Amino acid sequence: MTELLRIEGVTKAYPGVVANSDVSFSIREGEVHALLGENGAGKSTLVKMIYGLVRPDEGRMRLRGQDYAPREPREARAAGVAMVFQHFSLFEAMNVAENVALGMENPPKLRDLAARIRQVSEEYGLPLDPDRMVGDLSAGERQRVEIVRCLLQDPKLLIMDEPTSVLTPQEVEILFQTLRQLSAEGTAILYISHKLEEIRALCDEATILRRGKVVATCTPRERSAREMAELMVGAVLTPPERHATPKGEVALEVAGLSVASPIPFGTALKDISFKVRRGEVLGIAGVAGNGQDELLIALSGELRAARDAVLIEGSGVGDLGPNERRLRGLVAAPEERLGHAAAPDMSLVENALLSGVVRKRLTWRGFIDWAGTRAFASEIVERFDVRTPGTWVAARALSGGNLQKFVVGRELSQEPSVIVINQPTWGVDASAAAAIRQAILDRAAAGAAVVVISQDLDELLEIADRFAALNEGRLSAPRPTQGLTIDEIGLMMGGAHGMEVAHHAHG
Amino acid sequence: MDLLGGINPAVLVASLMMASVPIILAAIGELVVEKSGVLNLGVEGMMIIGAICGFAVAVETGSPLLGFVGGALGGAALSLIFALLTQVLMANQVATGLALTLFGLGLSSLLGQSYVGVKPPPTGRLDLGPLSDIPGLGTMLFRHDAMVYLSIAAVAAVWFVLRHTRTGLVLRAVGENHEAAHALGYHVVRIRVLAILFGGAMAGLGGAYLSLIRVPQWTDGITAGAGWIALAIVVFASWRPWRVLLGAYLFGGITVLQLNLQAAGARIPVQYLSMSPYLITILVLVIMSADRRRSTAAPASLGKTFHASR
Repeated sequence: MTELLRIEGVTKAYPGVVANSDVSFSIREGEVHALLGENGAGKSTLVKMIYGLVRPDEGRMRLRGQDYAPREPREARAAGVAMVFQHFSLFEAMNVAENVALGMENPPKLRDLAARIRQVSEEYGLPLDPDRMVGDLSAGERQRVEIVRCLLQDPKLLIMDEPTSVLTPQEVEILFQTLRQLSAEGTAILYISHKLEEIRALCDEATILRRGKVVATCTPRERSAREMAELMVGAVLTPPERHATPKGEVALEVAGLSVASPIPFGTALKDISFKVRRGEVLGIAGVAGNGQDELLIALSGELRAARDAVLIEGSGVGDLGPNERRLRGLVAAPEERLGHAAAPDMSLVENALLSGVVRKRLTWRGFIDWAGTRAFASEIVERFDVRTPGTWVAARALSGGNLQKFVVGRELSQEPSVIVINQPTWGVDASAAAAIRQAILDRAAAGAAVVVISQDLDELLEIADRFAALNEGRLSAPRPTQGLTIDEIGLMMGGAHGMEVAHHAHG
Repeated sequence: MDLLGGINPAVLVASLMMASVPIILAAIGELVVEKSGVLNLGVEGMMIIGAICGFAVAVETGSPLLGFVGGALGGAALSLIFALLTQVLMANQVATGLALTLFGLGLSSLLGQSYVGVKPPPTGRLDLGPLSDIPGLGTMLFRHDAMVYLSIAAVAAVWFVLRHTRTGLVLRAVGENHEAAHALGYHVVRIRVLAILFGGAMAGLGGAYLSLIRVPQWTDGITAGAGWIALAIVVFASWRPWRVLLGAYLFGGITVLQLNLQAAGARIPVQYLSMSPYLITILVLVIMSADRRRSTAAPASLGKTFHASR
C-alpha cells in the first residue's frame, strides 16, 4: 500500500523540556499505527503537530508526497486529518448535532446534519441521538460523538489519543470493530496508547517513544507485551510486593449511601453499601463519570449525607465535614491534583498544613506551628522521594508524578486508619506509579483500611484484595479480586452500554 | 384604579418602553460578552463614557445620529482597554471590570465639565404615519424615537444569531469550553475581544440614549446604577435574550410607576417606592430562574482566564 504520512526529523522544544527530538516514522494508507510511550514521552505533542495545534521547531512532514505543515486544525482537517481527543473536545451544554457541527469546516444545516449523524453512526455501529445534550451522555457515548464528528469529514488519517481509557472492555471491543472497518476502507489510524495488549490486538505497526525520542519500531503482534513495556519504560519493572496480612475488624462501613451530585452534569450516588476491614484494599473500578468523584467527596466529607450512611469504626460520621472525619482517622486524596488535592499557588509547606493540620497538630491556640509544618513537609518529600528543589516551591511547579507522590504521601503520613484515594496514579510515569502503589500497600499492611477508586483495571487487579465497580452511581457487590476475569469485570462496569445491539444489526 | 391615582396606562406603557432602552441595550451587549465566557463588570463605566461621548459629539456636530455613533465608539474604546487587559495580559476579569467602572465614572466627569447645563440637539420621533394615530395603541407603541425600536431589534438579532447561526454557535462554544474550542481550532481570544467590543458599543449606545433622549442633558453620574441593573438582569434572565427584554421592561415599568406614584402623592413612604424597582425586578427574575434547566445556566467558562497552553 502507498505511503500516506511521513514524519522526518521533527523536533519541538518547550522552555525546559524537549518534547520531541528528531522523531521520524511513516504511516501507509489503511494502516493502524500505534504510538506508544509513557506519560510525558511526547506522544501528545507529536500528534498535536500533525493536527496543526502546535508547530514543529525543526523537521518536516509529508502527506501523500506533498509538503504538509498545517498552521491550524482547519488546514489539517481540509487535508483529511481528523483527531479524537483524550480529554474530549466537547461542549456539555450543547446537543450532539451542535457539537458535531463545531468540529466541521462547512457543516450542512442542523436538520440535514442530524440525518447524516444518524446515518453514519448506524453505518459504523455507533448509535447516537443528535438531539441529546452531551452533558447527559456517558463517556462511551461522548467518544462516539467525537468519532462520528471525524467520520463525517471522510478522513484519510484518524488520530486517536488514548481512546480506551474511558471505555469498558466490551466497549473497547466494539471500538476496535469500528476501527478495523475504517482501516479496511483505507483510512489510516494513528493510535496512541500505553495499553500494550490493546495495541497487540489492533495495530499493524508501532513506534515507541521515550523522553521525546523514537527508541524502537516494531510489529506489535510479533512482540510480547513485556518486551514492549521494557522498551517503553527503558527499565525492567518490578511489580509491587504484597504481604498476605490477616484482615482486622471493619474500619469503614458505608450503608445505603444515596446523595445527589453537587457537580454539574454529575452522577448521583444510589444506595451504595460496602465494608472495608483493617489491612484490606477495596478496589473500585468504573468508567469515568459514573460517580467516582461523588463517592470520593462523600467519603472525604466534602459532600454530607445522613449520619449513619458512613461509619468509621462503628460510629456515624455521614454528617461531619472533612476535618472532623480526619480527626476520626479518615484521610482522602482526590483525583484532581491541582485545585482539589493541592492549592496550586501555595507552597508545599502550606499544602502540607492544609490537610495535615488536624492529625499532626500543626496549630497551637490558633497560631500555626511553622517549624513543625516544615518538618512535616520535608518528611513527606524525603520518604516519598518527591523531586523538588525545596518545600517552599509552589505546588504548581511540580511535575504531575511528583505532586501526586506529595499529595498521596501527605495523606499516608498522617497515620490514618481509613484511606480513600481516587486515581492514585493518573498521569504519573511508571516508576512513580509503582512507588505510590507500594506505599498504599505498605499502609494497608500496617493496618489501614484502603479504598482505591481507579479507572486503571491493571492497577486495581494488582493492589486490591476485593473488587467492585461503579456504574451510573450504583456500586456492584464487592468480590475477591483473585480469579476475576476481564469479561466479568466488564460486565460489573456496565457491559457495553447497549452498543453491541447496533453492531450485530450491522454485521 | 385608586392605586394608580389617575395614571393613564397608555402613557405608562409608552414611558416604560423609553425608560427601559438604556438597560436593554447594555444588557443585551453584556449577554453576548458573557455568552463568550467573559464577565465584564465595567458596564456602568462603559455606559457613562458612552453617555458623555454621545452627548459631546451630538452637541459639537448638532446631529443626534452622530451622537449615538460617538456614544457607541466611546463605549467600545473603553471596552478595548478591558479586552487588552483581560484577554492579552490575562488580568483578573472581576477586578478589571470594577476598575473599568471606576475609571469610566471619573473620566466621564472630567470630559463632561464644559457640558453641564448645555442642551443637546433634540432627537425626533420616528414617523410611523397612520399607525401612531391608532387610539391608545398608537400612544403606547408607535410614537417613539428610532432607538426604542432599535433596542427591540437588537434583542431579536442577538437571539437569532445565538440560536440559528454558525457565528452564534462558535460564540457559545467558546463560552462553554474554551479549551475544547481552542483544540478544534477556534480563535478564542479573537472571538472574545470582538464580543467585548460589541458589549462596549451596546453599553455606550445605552449611555448615549440616557444623555441625549431620556434625561436629556449631561450631569455627573447620569447612569445612576443602570449598568449594574443591566448586569443583574443578564444573570437572572438565565442568559436568554427575550428574558432580558422582559426583565428590562419590568424594571423600567416599575421605575416609571413609582415615579408617578410619588408625584401623585401616594401614601407609601418614598424610600420604599424608590427601592421597589430593584427589589421587584430581582425577585421576579429569581423566581423565574429558580427552575432553570441546565441548558440555560451560566456559560461554563464564564470569567475564567484562557491561556493557550501546549
